[in-house]
Amino acid sequence: MTEVAVVGFAQSPIERRGDGTTSGVEMLVPIFHQVLAATGLAKQDIGFWCSGSSDYLAGRAFSFVQAVDAIGAFPPIAESHVEMDGAWALYEAWVKILTGEADIALAYGFGKSSAGELRRVLALQLDPYLLAPLWPDSVSIAALQARLGIEAGLWTEKDMAQVAVRSRAAALSNPQAQLYADVRADDLLDEPYLADPLRAHDCAPIGDGAAVVIMASAERANELCERPAWITGFEHRIDSAQLGARDLTTAPSAAGAGRAAGAGRVDVAELHAPFTHQEILLRGALGLGDDVRVNPSGGVLAGNPMFAAGLARIGLAAREISTGRAGRALGHATSGPALQQNLVCVMEARS
Amino acid sequence: MEIGFDYTRSLGPTLSQFMTALAGRRILGSRGADGRVHAPPFEYDPVTFAPPAELVEVGPQGTVTTWSWAGTPLDGQPLARPFAWALIRLDGADTAMLHAVDAGSPAAMRTGMRVRPRWADSPAGHIRDITCFEPCTAPAPGREQAPRQEPVAMMTTPVRLRYEHTASPGETAYLHGLAAGRLLGQRCPACGKVYVPSRGVCPTDGVATAEQVELPGTGIVTTFCVVNVPFRGQRVTPPYVAAAVLLDGADIPFQHLVLGCDPGEVRMGMRVKAVWKPREQWGTTAENIECFQPTGEPDATYESYAHHL
Amino acid sequence: MSGQPAAVLGVGQTSHRTRRSDVSIAGLCREAVDRALADAGLALTDVDAVVVGKAPDLFEGVMMPELYLADALGATGKPLLRVHTAGSVGGATGNVAASLVQAGRHRRVLAVAFEKQSESNAMWALSIMPPFSMPVLAGAGGYFAPHIRAYIRRSGAPEHIGALVAVKDRRNGSLNPYAHLRQPDITLESVRSSPMLWDPVRYDETCPSSDGACAVIIGDRAAAEATQASGRPVAWIRATAMRTEPTMFAGKDHVNPRAGADCAAALWRRAGITSPIDEIDVAEIYVPFSWFEPMWLENLGFAGPGEGWRLTEAGETQIGGRLPVNPSGGVLCSNPIGASGLLRFAEAALQVMGKAGDHQVEGARTALGHAYGGGSQYFSMWVVAATPD
Repeated sequence: MTEVAVVGFAQSPIERRGDGTTSGVEMLVPIFHQVLAATGLAKQDIGFWCSGSSDYLAGRAFSFVQAVDAIGAFPPIAESHVEMDGAWALYEAWVKILTGEADIALAYGFGKSSAGELRRVLALQLDPYLLAPLWPDSVSIAALQARLGIEAGLWTEKDMAQVAVRSRAAALSNPQAQLYADVRADDLLDEPYLADPLRAHDCAPIGDGAAVVIMASAERANELCERPAWITGFEHRIDSAQLGARDLTTAPSAAGAGRAAGAGRVDVAELHAPFTHQEILLRGALGLGDDVRVNPSGGVLAGNPMFAAGLARIGLAAREISTGRAGRALGHATSGPALQQNLVCVMEARS
Repeated sequence: MEIGFDYTRSLGPTLSQFMTALAGRRILGSRGADGRVHAPPFEYDPVTFAPPAELVEVGPQGTVTTWSWAGTPLDGQPLARPFAWALIRLDGADTAMLHAVDAGSPAAMRTGMRVRPRWADSPAGHIRDITCFEPCTAPAPGREQAPRQEPVAMMTTPVRLRYEHTASPGETAYLHGLAAGRLLGQRCPACGKVYVPSRGVCPTDGVATAEQVELPGTGIVTTFCVVNVPFRGQRVTPPYVAAAVLLDGADIPFQHLVLGCDPGEVRMGMRVKAVWKPREQWGTTAENIECFQPTGEPDATYESYAHHL
Repeated sequence: MSGQPAAVLGVGQTSHRTRRSDVSIAGLCREAVDRALADAGLALTDVDAVVVGKAPDLFEGVMMPELYLADALGATGKPLLRVHTAGSVGGATGNVAASLVQAGRHRRVLAVAFEKQSESNAMWALSIMPPFSMPVLAGAGGYFAPHIRAYIRRSGAPEHIGALVAVKDRRNGSLNPYAHLRQPDITLESVRSSPMLWDPVRYDETCPSSDGACAVIIGDRAAAEATQASGRPVAWIRATAMRTEPTMFAGKDHVNPRAGADCAAALWRRAGITSPIDEIDVAEIYVPFSWFEPMWLENLGFAGPGEGWRLTEAGETQIGGRLPVNPSGGVLCSNPIGASGLLRFAEAALQVMGKAGDHQVEGARTALGHAYGGGSQYFSMWVVAATPD
C-alpha cells in the first residue's frame, strides 16, 4: 500500500456565532493560507481537493459551491465534495493518493451551526416516514442512549460530568476552543437537566468553525513536514439506522472500524464525541486502555464545528505526532444519530 | 429566512401496509430472517437486506426500554407540553419504536413501565395517527372502532426550518452601498479584477478583496434570456428579461432584470442604466434597483464583451 | 490508467417517471440496485463498500438520506460514502467508486445515485436564494439560457440546431425501456412550436424532472474475470477525470468552460486517446437543454470551437452516425438529477458490454460517460471499453 502521511493541519477558532457566511469562505481563507504557508506549498501544488459540509446545516442547496471561492480554483482543480464530515472527505482524498492520481491532497470541512436550529435540523437525518415527522431532536436521542448506558451500569451521571470536567480543563490550553474552564463535577451535577438524563454540560456547544488537513505520499511528505504522521489504518463503517433494533450502548461500526484500522495500541486518541457518555462508549468500543490520553484538545465538548469536527480530530491527533508528544495516535469521526457511522484513522511517527 | 415545503412521500408496499393499519388503529411489525419481529417494520432487513416476508400485528401496548425528558418541546414535536421520548417495545415485537409518552412529569417515567397508544381522532395513515403513548395506568379512553380505511399509499410531511443568513464583510459593504444609492465593487489585489457584487474573496486567487471601487449605474447587457415560465417562489411576473449586466468598470457581469421595453427589443451588447426605486423604499438589498433600462445609446461591439460570455 | 484495473460488472436503473408513487425512497434505490446485482450475477453480500450520490437533500427533505438507507443499500457493517457535487454527482459517484477499486481498497463496490424529485418541487428547491440577492434566477433553465444565447452568437449556429437535438434524443428515448420521456413521433416542427420557456430555450428542448435511480457495480480484475467466467461481459474503466472551477469569476467562459476542457484533456491523455472523434464509438453526455450537445461536443474536443453544431446538423450524432450521442435519450428524456450523471456513465458501459438493447450502437467498443453540474463548473467523466487496454 502506498504510504501516505498527514503533513499539515489548521483549524479556525470555534465561535458561538461567527461573522462569516454559511458558505464557509471567511473561515476557510485564513486557514488555507496558514496550512499552505506551514508546508511551503502553493495552491497549484495540491493535486486533489475534497470538502465536507451539509446543505441542510447551511439552509440552502449547493452550499458547498461558494466555499470553492476560498480556494482560488482557477486554473481548474481536481476536486470533489461529500455531504458528510470532512473526515470522510479526507478519506476520499487518501484514496485518490493511493490510486497514484495525486501525491498531495487537501481536505477541508466547515459548518455554521449558528445559522439554523441545529437540534431540529438533525431530526431530518432520521427515517423520513416513521421518525422525522415526530421531530425527535439530536439531544433527545442522545439522551435515550445515555439512559440505556446508565441503567446497564456502563456509566453514571458523575462519570459523564467528569468527562466534561476533563474536557474543559484540557481546553484551557487550546486556543481554538470555544468552552474552557476549571470546573468541578459536583457543581456540574447541581445544574438542572437539559434533556433528562443529559445536562447542558453533557452536550457539545453550538458553534461555527472550519478545519483543513493536508496529506502527502511518501515521496513528498518528508520535505513538507519535519515529523509526518504516517497513516497506518484508515477505516469507516456504518450501522443500521433502526434505533430501536440495535444496542445503542455499543457502536459496532466504531468497533469494526477500529479493529480494521489497528486502534489497539495508541498513545493518544481524539474522539468525536458530542455527548459525554459517548466518549466513555467510544473508549470501550475502540478498546482504549486507561493509559491512552483521550481528547487532549478538550474534544468536541469544548467546541463542535459541525462537518469539520471529525476532520479536526484527525488533524489534532496528527499534531500530537508532529509535535513529538505521541508515537501512535488515533483520530475518530462520527456521523448520524447515536453514533450510527464511525471512522477511525490511526497514524504513527517514524524516525 | 424560512425554508418550508409540504413533502409528499410515496410509501411503497411495506410502509403502505403499516400506515394503512395505523389508520385502522393497528400496529404492524415485520419478521426478520433471524425470527426477530421489528416494530415499526423494516423495509429492508438489517441482516439479510431483504424486504420482509410477512408483516404481523403487534401491541398495541408495550414496555418502555429507555426514555428521556423533553422539558421544552421544539416545533413540530408530538406534544406542546413537556413529555418523554421513549423507546417502546410493543408486545410481540423484539425491537423498540421511538415515540412520545405523555407522562406528565419525569417522576412518572420509568424503564419497564407499560404504555399504550393514544390514537388521533381522525387517523390519516401517518405515524402521527399515534398522537403519543400514555401510561397504561391512565384512564382508558372511550374507544371507537375506526372505520375501515382505504389503503394508504402516500403521506405528507411539512418541513419548516428557520435560518439566519449573514452577509460577509464584502457583501455587507456592497449592501450598505446600495442602501445609500451606490454600487460598490471590490478589486482583487492579486489579479486586479473588479468584482460586483463584492464577495470579500477573489474566486480565482483565494485572497481577501478589500479595495473598494465605486461603479456607475450604467453598463451593457452581455447576454440574457426572456423568462416566460411561472414557478413557485418567483417574484417578478413573466415575461421578463433576466440579464447579465456588465457595469462600466466592472470585470464580471451580475444578474438583474431589464424592463421598460419589449423583451424582444433586448439585445446582447445593449447599453442600459439602473433605475432605482424611490429613495424611501431603499433597504440593504439589490432590489433597491428596480431594473435596468435601455439608454438608447449604440450597442457595444461584440468584441468588446465577447470575453465576458 | 491509474492504480489497479477496474471494470463495471453490472448496471441497473429504475423506470424513470415524473412520480414513482409505487415506491418509497428506499424502494426506488433498491429497484436499481437489485437490477444491477442481477445483471452482474451477485448479491448484496458480495459488495464490500457502497458509494451513494445525490444532489441537494432539500429535494427530498431528508438530511443525508444515505444514513436512513444503510439497510436498504446493504451498507450496514460496511464503508459508506455519500458524494454531492451538484448535477455532476452521478459521475462523481462512479469516479469515487472506481477509485476505491483502483486504490486496491475493495474488490467490489456498489455505486448508487438517485433522486426522488416528486417529494417536493425541483424548481422550488433550486431557486431557494438566501436574502441579499436579487431574485432573478428562474431555475436551471433561466441560468443556462443566456449562455446558450451566447453560444449561438459566438458560433453562428442556425437556430434550429437545438430542436434537432431534442428530436433525436426523444426518439432515442423511445428505444429505451427505462426512459421517462419517450416520444417516437416528435418532429422538428412540434419542437419549434412548443412554448418558449426561457428564450431561446423551448419547452421541448428542456429536461424533465424525474424520480429515478441508477446503480453500477465496479470490481477489480479478479472480480471482472469471475464475472466474465460466468458468461457476462464487463466494461473496463480506461480512465476517469474530475475538474472544478468557480461558479463565477471575471473572464469565465460559460460557453466553453475551461474546467470541462481541462477535464476532457486529462481524460483523453489517461485513456491514451489522441483523436476523440475517431476513437470514441459512442458518447453519453449530460445534455439537460438541447443546445448543450453542440456546446459539449466542442468542450470535449470532438469538434473545434464553433463547429460542434455541424456534427449535429449533419446527423452524425444519431445512432448510425459518426459519433452517436445519447442513444439512451440522455438527460432530455430522464432527469433524476442525482442519478443523471451515473446514468450517462452506466449507459456508456452498457454500450461496450453490448447490452444496450434497442438503442445499442453497432460495434461499440469504446465509450465516453460525461456529467457536469453547478454553474458549468463541476465536470466528471470516464472512458469505458470492451477490453482492458
